[in-house]
Amino acid sequence: MRVRVDQDSCQGQQMCSIAAPEVFGSDELGHATVLIEGDLPEHLHAKTRRAQANCPEDAIIIEE
Amino acid sequence: MTTVEENSGPVTDPTSDYNIFDPEFVRDPYPTMSEIRESKCPIAHTDRWGGSWLPTRYDDVVAIAQEHEIFTSRSITVTASPLRQAEGPYAGIAAPPITSDPPDHHWHRRLILPVFAPQSVAKYEQGTRDLCNRLIDGFIDKGEADAGTDYAQQIPVRVISAMLGVRDDMADEFVSWVRGVLEVGLTDPIVRLENRNKIINFFREELADRKKNPRENDLITDLLNSGDKYPVTDQYVLGVCNLMLIAGIDTTWSAIGSSLWHFAQHPEHRKQLRDNPDLWPTAVEELLRAYSPVTMARLVDRDIEFQGCPMKAGDRILMAFPAANRDPRQFENPDEVILDRQHNRHVAFGSGIHRCAGSNLARLELRVALQVWLERIPEFSLVDPAAVTWAGGQVHGPRVCRVRF
Ligand code: HEM
Ligand code: SF4
Repeated sequence: MRVRVDQDSCQGQQMCSIAAPEVFGSDELGHATVLIEGDLPEHLHAKTRRAQANCPEDAIIIEE
Repeated sequence: MTTVEENSGPVTDPTSDYNIFDPEFVRDPYPTMSEIRESKCPIAHTDRWGGSWLPTRYDDVVAIAQEHEIFTSRSITVTASPLRQAEGPYAGIAAPPITSDPPDHHWHRRLILPVFAPQSVAKYEQGTRDLCNRLIDGFIDKGEADAGTDYAQQIPVRVISAMLGVRDDMADEFVSWVRGVLEVGLTDPIVRLENRNKIINFFREELADRKKNPRENDLITDLLNSGDKYPVTDQYVLGVCNLMLIAGIDTTWSAIGSSLWHFAQHPEHRKQLRDNPDLWPTAVEELLRAYSPVTMARLVDRDIEFQGCPMKAGDRILMAFPAANRDPRQFENPDEVILDRQHNRHVAFGSGIHRCAGSNLARLELRVALQVWLERIPEFSLVDPAAVTWAGGQVHGPRVCRVRF
């Protein structure tokens, strides 16, 4: 599983980093960044899906 | 909109005649919102207070928030202001970015975002914790306090004052000005205008001072100096200062107050957090969902039919984020507070280009205020549930909320 954030949609809600602090961080404007390059370890998959479900802007894109 | 009397009268059908200032709606708006949401008209209409539409379903509220070209932010108050044309000497001063539409909105927002990023607001955590402890020191020996006026109300105003670099002893005046604009002022345009002018007069002097004596790490100085990137005017900086008070005080205070009101009645939730401190970030989101304080408005740009509702150019739409956040189509058991709710795509901070710029600060204040209270006063209850008073309209939350411990 890989994840990225569509920067045009992200409004800096930071609900992703609350759901999955290991995976999502913040740039200097408060918009989401992805902290893990490449494939996400197995144990973070569920959290990452939850982050995606909780993002009110549909800005999180998961590729499996 | 004319007088309070003309707009008050009893409500028979909330889908065609709701009254957001009806005392029962102000106290507990959720049953009415739910009645509208499950009716044949989930987007209700009223002629009261200048007329407005009230979408109550999550998907409708979010769709409107995302369509900022049709649903504009030219006016974001929940009542129409007949004095809009006559806003006196400060008619041109708005509250950017909340009242800005694209293209200006982008840079109006861009300029303030760095101040509110999670890593930037973290530096206010210790100061907020100390402040909360000082407030509690002031009443802990009395065995009783007003969780609203003695605590919740005192916190955000001081955090904002620190951010803006203004004197701490302005707190009471700021609170009274903000209530003048956001509470009393919604139904009394004269009071609104007076208080708005007080805010802007105050910040005019602060601006003049920062121009003479620029400061380090100071929001006002930094904004005044960002003119090399954007066409920053005094009007813009005044507008941002105005917005910081209007957007940052009543809102967060209401969220803290509602949460304490909730905890006063739910010992099991106090215990749950004591036993699982890791739950705090999730719990804060759930409290924001269940007791969303803020309702905004939009003005319709052109005649349009939305979900079967014939909307006309200039119509007002109330962005009922609190109603969206209790929609059972989006949230399981929406009226229940579930502190470890995993699926929580709430829109207490709005959605789309205007979504709250200050949310990370608000979350921090809410978490710290509640943590400190529960550490110091683990057991407490309402003195008299019927005596709790509420504000409503634009911002919903308890005002007087006496608790015993
Ligand atoms: C629990 C507390 C808060 C809640 C529930 C809240 C809610 C909201 C909502 C719903 C909006 C969207 C407005 C719209 O769609 O028209 C908004 C915008 C905004 N809020 Fe907050 N807010 C809170 C605290 C704060 C704080 C502490 C600040 C800063 C000091 C702040 C600054 C702003 C700003 C600058 C905007 C405008 C953003 C834009 O238009 O681009 N808010 N807030
Ligand atoms: S929750 Fe969505 S909008 Fe918010 S920071 Fe994360 S990706 Fe961006």
